[in-house]
Amino acid sequence: MKTKIIKTVQFIGLGYLEPLIRLLVGEDLKKNGKKAFKRILFPILSVVLFIFLWQSFSNYLSNVESEIKIEKALKDQGSEAAKKLEACIASGDISCRPNSLPSPAMVYTAVGKLWDDHKIMTTKKQDFIDKYETINAARKTKGQIEIVYTGRPSFVDQIMTSLKTVFAGFLLSIIIAVPTGVLLGLSTTLRTSFNWIVQIFKPVSPVVWLLLVSMIVKTLLTNVDVEKSFVISFISVGLCSMWATLVNTSVGVYSVDKDYINVAKVLQLGPFSKVFKIILPSSFPMIFTGLRITLSVAWMVLIAIELLAQSPGLGSFVWEEFQNGSSDSNSKIIVAMFVIGIIGFMLDRIMMIFQKLLTFTE
Amino acid sequence: MAYIELKNVCKSYGEGKDKTEVLSNINLKIEEGEFVAIVGFTGSGKTTLINLIAGLIEPDSGEILFKGKPIQGTSHERGIIFQNYSLLPWLSVHDNIAMAVKSVFNDWTTKQVEDHVNSFIEKVNLSHAAHKKPRELSGGMRQRVAVARTLAMKPELILMDEPLGALDALTRGNLQEEILSIWSEDRRTALLITNDVDEGVFMADRVIPLRPGPKATLGPEFEIEIERPRNKIALNHLGSFKKLRNEIIEYLMEIGMERTAGMEITHYELPDLAPRRFN
Repeated sequence: MKTKIIKTVQFIGLGYLEPLIRLLVGEDLKKNGKKAFKRILFPILSVVLFIFLWQSFSNYLSNVESEIKIEKALKDQGSEAAKKLEACIASGDISCRPNSLPSPAMVYTAVGKLWDDHKIMTTKKQDFIDKYETINAARKTKGQIEIVYTGRPSFVDQIMTSLKTVFAGFLLSIIIAVPTGVLLGLSTTLRTSFNWIVQIFKPVSPVVWLLLVSMIVKTLLTNVDVEKSFVISFISVGLCSMWATLVNTSVGVYSVDKDYINVAKVLQLGPFSKVFKIILPSSFPMIFTGLRITLSVAWMVLIAIELLAQSPGLGSFVWEEFQNGSSDSNSKIIVAMFVIGIIGFMLDRIMMIFQKLLTFTE
Repeated sequence: MAYIELKNVCKSYGEGKDKTEVLSNINLKIEEGEFVAIVGFTGSGKTTLINLIAGLIEPDSGEILFKGKPIQGTSHERGIIFQNYSLLPWLSVHDNIAMAVKSVFNDWTTKQVEDHVNSFIEKVNLSHAAHKKPRELSGGMRQRVAVARTLAMKPELILMDEPLGALDALTRGNLQEEILSIWSEDRRTALLITNDVDEGVFMADRVIPLRPGPKATLGPEFEIEIERPRNKIALNHLGSFKKLRNEIIEYLMEIGMERTAGMEITHYELPDLAPRRFN
């Protein structure tokens, strides 16, 4: 039981919990206590240090900004206005709070606010659906268009949309990059012929991909009833991020250990089984490393693409909050930043688990 | 007509200035059912020679005849045991062998394949590890799998490329006996390449030294007329075994000396230093 748990946590990359588990079952208290102390307490301390630095920096920034504001008031409106402003800032009133880097506490409040917002919006949506259920059923029988909820999506809805987009884009890049990579890896002629495409398009910025894709999609899907912004953003994400997989797959296939090729020769495998029984399995580790890079690139560019494509998701959330400029907008942007980071980290971990499950180690 | 025959085989690597002739004018005849060992220094072109016979590479000039016909590419009739095992790390012991069996006997039923694979796993004493991956096995066990994989294909000619080179002396001895006992079941023609004279003398009917490359050629052959089954411990006390072994070693030492004599050795003048007393 104990070893099973330890193996599982190690497998999912949480190996640092091992001493804690050993400690909890009462194994070698002194040794494991020390280990757990080192491996868990120090990371916690680093978080505390990070928050402390963040707090001091945001304090510093807001002081700088208040000083600038007061000085400006003194210059433009006279000493009375400046004093009034100073008192206002000291009282912590929202109307004159410096709008700079939010403090950790403000971000924490924003998290609660976003969550409450989400709950309110979900009930609203549910109410709407309940209310229109019978009406919509009636409209459907009459052949009329159903009335759909058009309210603002909550933060959680935005996360879900972003995940949906990133998975669609990731899937697209797997479908394009893996087979292409295998072909390029197998044939030197193909590889040398198409190498320029890979080399030229690999460094192209996500923004340009987005513009290119929207040029094409706009024309092709003029009369098709789909969410164009979703299609544009997922295709852009896919095209932008697939290069790592393409290159890794072709290198993996190209550089298969000569010993395995000799085995294929000695067993006289046909070309088909040579590819599927020898070449692909032996390049799996490389392909998976490529896929991991692809997924993290996809998640990273997704935010920028959503922001530009006006497609719903975390990117547009960040952009809208920035445009909104309310007193807690900055805090919400920081929340989004952490959420983006944590989800990116989790996606990478999930890919790592798949990699461990599906590939071999020598 | 010899079972396998090499006629003036030459092989070189590289081009132009970097061209090195690894093998030159190799002539070799092996009769059916014979067990021949080729001994030589590392880097003398042994692996090149066996890859040529296996059909993995082609000679620059000369001919390799197998049953009277020139060989073309690899064939299931010529099985090879690689020096570095070359097991597929993503397949288990059982699946590594099964893949080879299926590629040769592609008309067999699943049960036939299964029985055949299991019998060979048993022959190399790996039944307990049939479902392990190669990385979970020791070097000796991995080589056992490689031996089982090749022998399960029932080749008519077994080529062994320093199969036991990377193993410790004890495992080596055990595996030599195991390979011999499986081989003696149907006495196929076998060619063993090794750097261990004792191994060659113990296992083979004929030992041929390979004069070291570049431009390696085969030396004079030594017949081993010791009755089978051979016993390792008894052999150590047998006069003829000792004599043969010493002859081969002497021959190899001699050509080794010739080789070093051919090279220019730079002598460095060492300073005349003596420890100094502090008192």
